[in-house]
Amino acid sequence: MRNLIAVPVIILAVILQSSIISRVTLLSGYADLPLIMIAAWALQEHVDTAWHWAVATGVLVGFASGIYWIVPVVAYLAVVALAKVLQLRVWQAPLLAMFSIAFLGTILLDAFVYGALRVSGVSIPLRDAFGLQTLPRTLLNLLLSIPVYAVIRDLARWVYPTMETE
Amino acid sequence: MALALGGYFSGTSNVVTSSLINTQEWFSSRFVALQDLLTAPRDITTLRQQNSELQNEVADLQAQVIQLQQQVGETQVLAALVDFSRARPENTYKAAAVIGRDPSPFLYYVIINRGSNDGILRGMPVVTDQGLVGRVDAVIADAARVQLITDPASRVNVYLQNAEEEASLVGSLTGDITLELIPQDSIVETGDLVLTSGLGGGYPPDLIVGQVVNVRSRDFDLFQQATVQPVVDFNRLQIVLVIVNFKPVDISPLFPTP
Repeated sequence: MRNLIAVPVIILAVILQSSIISRVTLLSGYADLPLIMIAAWALQEHVDTAWHWAVATGVLVGFASGIYWIVPVVAYLAVVALAKVLQLRVWQAPLLAMFSIAFLGTILLDAFVYGALRVSGVSIPLRDAFGLQTLPRTLLNLLLSIPVYAVIRDLARWVYPTMETE
Repeated sequence: MALALGGYFSGTSNVVTSSLINTQEWFSSRFVALQDLLTAPRDITTLRQQNSELQNEVADLQAQVIQLQQQVGETQVLAALVDFSRARPENTYKAAAVIGRDPSPFLYYVIINRGSNDGILRGMPVVTDQGLVGRVDAVIADAARVQLITDPASRVNVYLQNAEEEASLVGSLTGDITLELIPQDSIVETGDLVLTSGLGGGYPPDLIVGQVVNVRSRDFDLFQQATVQPVVDFNRLQIVLVIVNFKPVDISPLFPTP
């Protein structure tokens, strides 16, 4: 039943992304709260709903964004897959895993969006996309990943109380 | 007594009097200092209380000032929009507030708080009192998504007022807008006004878009390019107007499909 907390949390994350975070820019890029949230959720031990969160968040972001809805869905699923792989490799340093996911996930998501735009006929110079969007966005996502990881860890402990007893 | 009345003791009396006054002054000042010292804690308490009350009052007044400044700003924006709509009585406008931006920085879209319930339809042009903003891209009941002219996928047919030449305005990843397809033989100068041409049926004609700030003309290019400074500040979009009586024309069926 506690899993239903995902609904308000995901909606809140997308609202915050659209209304506040998208106005705090570095060069032309801004942080991606839903991406960081999904990554942090997928990195928690015992959490088995990360795939559902990725699909729900992707659909909601696709609904609010001008990009095809399938792009964020696939990108967030890829981020969850990446997080699951990294969780096994660097399980003793969750924050390091979080930073790695924030870094790789940002590049992955932007690559998906860039590819989708190119396929739809929008010409964007790769150099501009990387220098003005992806790099500043990566930095902001790394900064955002610390507080988001802390909040999501507490949330995961509340949803899965067994985590505390171990 | 007679000597005193005659003024013979005036020097002596002055010395005595001044000594007395100085002594009294010394005692008085010490007493006042001592009194201050003894009553100071009470005063400090009172002063602290007063200070706290005043600080609260200042905070309340500052909050009021911010609120009023915000209201004044909104009123000014609304007044400008009303003036704009009065100046163009042929159009019917629906005012909407910008409530969000696209979650992806690759796209330049905004979300407005008016939707199909308010008569907003896909393709309707969106303007401010300054000029063209974009057009409605998607609509739900109480909200709509607007594609800005700065979006990389946006393309607007425009004409240069001074050069009397038509061109195509495209957005970019950085939010800059550029004029393309300007013939090499046309004379484009910095400061030329750029307006919508209405060609293609996507936008009504004669909406102000911006001014040319830089022209790039190379001999080996087929067309000239020009950078345009938009008249609308897209970072500070708060309230926009949707032209609800404009019906965009879909000319895509006219193009042959391969």
